[in-house]
Amino acid sequence: MSILVDKRTKVVVQGLTGKEGSFHAKQCMDYGTNIVAGVTPGKGGTRWEEKVPVFNTVRDAVENTGAEASLIFVPPPFAADAVMEASDAGVALVVCITEGIPAKDEAKLKSFIRSRGTRMIGPNCPGIITPGECKMGIMPGYIHKKGRVGVVSRSGTLTYEAVWQLTESGLGETSCVGIGGDPVPGMTHRDVLELFAKDEETEGVVLIGEIGGTMEEDAAKFIKTMNKPVVAFIAGQTAPPGRRMGHAGAIIAGGKGTAREKMDALSEAGVKVVKSPAEIGAKMKELLK
Amino acid sequence: MKVHEYQAKEVLSKFGVPVPKGRVAFSADEAFSIAKEIGGTVVVKSQIHAGGRGKGKFTSGFQGGVKLAKTPEEAKELASKMVGNILVTHQTGPEGKKVEKLYITEASDIKKEYYLGIVLDRARECNVIMASTEGGVEIEKVAAETPEKIVKVWVDPMLGLQKFQVRELGFALGFEGDTMKSFGGLIEKLYAAHEASDSTLTEINPLITTPDGKVIALDAKMNFDDNALFRHPDIAALRDITEEDPLEVEASKFDLNYIKLDGTIGCMVNGAGLAMATMDVITLEGGVPANFLDVGGGATTERVKNAFRILLSDKNVKAVMINIFGGIVRCDIIAEGVIAAAKEIGIRLPVVVRLQGTNAEKGMEMLKSSGQNLLTASSLQEAAALAVKASKGE
Repeated sequence: MSILVDKRTKVVVQGLTGKEGSFHAKQCMDYGTNIVAGVTPGKGGTRWEEKVPVFNTVRDAVENTGAEASLIFVPPPFAADAVMEASDAGVALVVCITEGIPAKDEAKLKSFIRSRGTRMIGPNCPGIITPGECKMGIMPGYIHKKGRVGVVSRSGTLTYEAVWQLTESGLGETSCVGIGGDPVPGMTHRDVLELFAKDEETEGVVLIGEIGGTMEEDAAKFIKTMNKPVVAFIAGQTAPPGRRMGHAGAIIAGGKGTAREKMDALSEAGVKVVKSPAEIGAKMKELLK
Repeated sequence: MKVHEYQAKEVLSKFGVPVPKGRVAFSADEAFSIAKEIGGTVVVKSQIHAGGRGKGKFTSGFQGGVKLAKTPEEAKELASKMVGNILVTHQTGPEGKKVEKLYITEASDIKKEYYLGIVLDRARECNVIMASTEGGVEIEKVAAETPEKIVKVWVDPMLGLQKFQVRELGFALGFEGDTMKSFGGLIEKLYAAHEASDSTLTEINPLITTPDGKVIALDAKMNFDDNALFRHPDIAALRDITEEDPLEVEASKFDLNYIKLDGTIGCMVNGAGLAMATMDVITLEGGVPANFLDVGGGATTERVKNAFRILLSDKNVKAVMINIFGGIVRCDIIAEGVIAAAKEIGIRLPVVVRLQGTNAEKGMEMLKSSGQNLLTASSLQEAAALAVKASKGE
């Protein structure tokens, strides 16, 4: 078991023939991801890497291949449109890698996909991976190992650090979800935790948060109802207020969204909050002994 | 992106939001001629990217960054004490900000002051409009002490602001008759301006009513979404780099995500989350980070080189810590880049490098045998401890 994606998941890649899309799609395919189609407007009817059919629209791709999840590598001015296209074509899960989508577009997007029942991971994220089965994203596949721990994170490379520790410690991962660093993400910490709570193979969860917003506080409320151990790290404990720390969503605004508030809320919910990301693997190992 | 009050008011004026007549002055002489042209009593307002200007103090000892002037001569006199001087407010930090521009506006008759703000509510995933009868004071203070004095309406991103919401806000502020009508017009135009220009924060503090029933935006603050500037060249052109840290401006030219801080350990990291975490660990180990810097996932030689240049131009930096997780871009490639950049730039400070991920061992070997002053560490904690020691000259 795992959450959201497995080896059967039929994936369409939007922006497949672009430089970035092509590079990462190749990596995903080599990992074993079941890529059934690509979409590039104007290149319909061609084949990518001599095998994957390319369509002009997501609707065509879905009708012809039964694609049920979309991985999006489309530049920021057109990314929101691409997500809506996938959602409207009935794709159940959209993973949007694109960084730099305007916040206004994201708010509209979220309202649109909610009305159509689509789940979105991202934008501005590394994607999702179920080790050994399906990689929909830009994370290095080999650092992951099928195992017992679910990972949900707002970061990219910091997530790889945590995954590396879990793999090295022998615990391994069930699925790892990078929900991204934007102010209005698709799935939130809480949305992903709800799935991990129900997943039989997931024995514990690593949550990586950062300054900005109140997503971690919201997750803490749900964690109180969970009966699986959660280890958390919050990045930005030393970040100055009012500055955007790389991610569009990582900002302490009006004194709100500090690491301290998040760490306190999580601790109070019974989460083991570590002060250094280097302790994540060891702490989880201790809890899952 | 932040802009000045006079720029925010120019944007709002285009959408028909009523603001007092005014123009920007770069010198005391200009302040004189604008005051003469406007006639009557004017307000001389320092333009810096920080709030609390009225209660601020100049390092020269002159009190107040916003002043009333009854005559053009007085406007000139006040302007000469502001322009070119450093203004310190509760938002600038003790170092203050240099006033380069003044906004000279007509003085308004104030019957009562209010607060009006539009911002993205991240939890509800839509804009929230906040209004309060407590105008002209810090809204954070009102929110903390008397939250019941702030009314909020949440705007559906698909439908936009509705009439019933305008009425809710207007009645909550106690408006009626012509004032209500005037307020309704203002809020609809203000919301249109906020949406159309991809503002992330639009704040009118104070919003005022006049004795003859008009509602006017007496002050204005707007921040714009950096991610949306590509579709607003007119707004992108409002950027004032004299308000930004020179090193941050330099870094932005190379597309590097850099934020200057006060410490002694320069940090170079790939990924925003890992960069923040690296700062956290340095602090845990007893050091103080000199900056936040995300060199991006690729961490190519070119980017590393530029990042080194930026880090080393900060004279407070005593040691550098590089923390890279090599995923799809392998650690040996990154090591090559670091060595090439170090050679080319000729680095004299101690540099601690920690690589993790694909081919990390190979990368570390290359760093050790490079003949450059590069210290290596395998764990994050160890790297931070080494950097802290080096920064203290130990």
